[in-house]
Amino acid sequence: MNHKKTAYLGLFAAVAIIFGYVESLIPFFAGIPGMKLGLANLAVLFILEKYTWKEAALVSAVRILVIGFLFGNMFSILYSLAGAALSLAVMTLMKKFSGFSILGISVAGGVSHNIGQLIVAALIVENTSLLYYAPALLISGVVTGLLIGLLTGEVTKRIRL
Amino acid sequence: MKKKEVIFIISILASALLLWGIMLLIRKGDYGSVRITVNGEEYGTYSLSQDQVISIGETNVCEIRDGQIKMIGADCPDHLCIKQKAVGSSGGTIVCLPNKVVIEGVKAAGSEESSPEFDTAV
Repeated sequence: MNHKKTAYLGLFAAVAIIFGYVESLIPFFAGIPGMKLGLANLAVLFILEKYTWKEAALVSAVRILVIGFLFGNMFSILYSLAGAALSLAVMTLMKKFSGFSILGISVAGGVSHNIGQLIVAALIVENTSLLYYAPALLISGVVTGLLIGLLTGEVTKRIRL
Repeated sequence: MKKKEVIFIISILASALLLWGIMLLIRKGDYGSVRITVNGEEYGTYSLSQDQVISIGETNVCEIRDGQIKMIGADCPDHLCIKQKAVGSSGGTIVCLPNKVVIEGVKAAGSEESSPEFDTAV
């Protein structure tokens, strides 16, 4: 790993952490647990576009651990890791095989993030009635995925690493 | 956006709507009581017609009033369960993830006969 890349990854991990913090300040809650904008995914998606999934996974893991220890607890770290891991895996596969643009990749990431979190949540509380949230979380994954995908597309055009 | 991406997005939305419709059908009915589970184990079942305040372990407090149940206290930092919609006669769920507490509507004893096809399907 060269020095320039190390610096950029650190920078974007910091951006992702700030985004996570900003998001925690926005009182956006639609009555469904786990529904949120996913601003931090902007940084992860950007890194995935510019480098590979390994760098994106590193930035994502650093963000989740820092945010988790600062503002959350062991459980919120677990939920976040599950969502982020599934989301990044799906986005990496989509990028490689689907021929989708960043918009489609972002939507796939948003949806799979929500599904991953929902499954872990249902496993942890050992109650399948949580799965009733699935339709709402699918739709919110599409909407936030589109939004984050649009933003990341614009940022990718303007920032050259 | 490419055509296949549009198809991809529309198919996700369509399946979400389909799933939602199926769930509405399954959940249809009159919910007269609620079941509280902690850690996957049943904590108790309470009638919605009787106003009361229930302490769930040492972590959460919920209140039944006017035929609805709401979480009114929790020791977790985010308090998401307190912001969730009250569960009334149309059913629903309140979840406190950190404390693994789930409050869910249960159909009143009499309404089970009215929808036998859903009982066999589950």
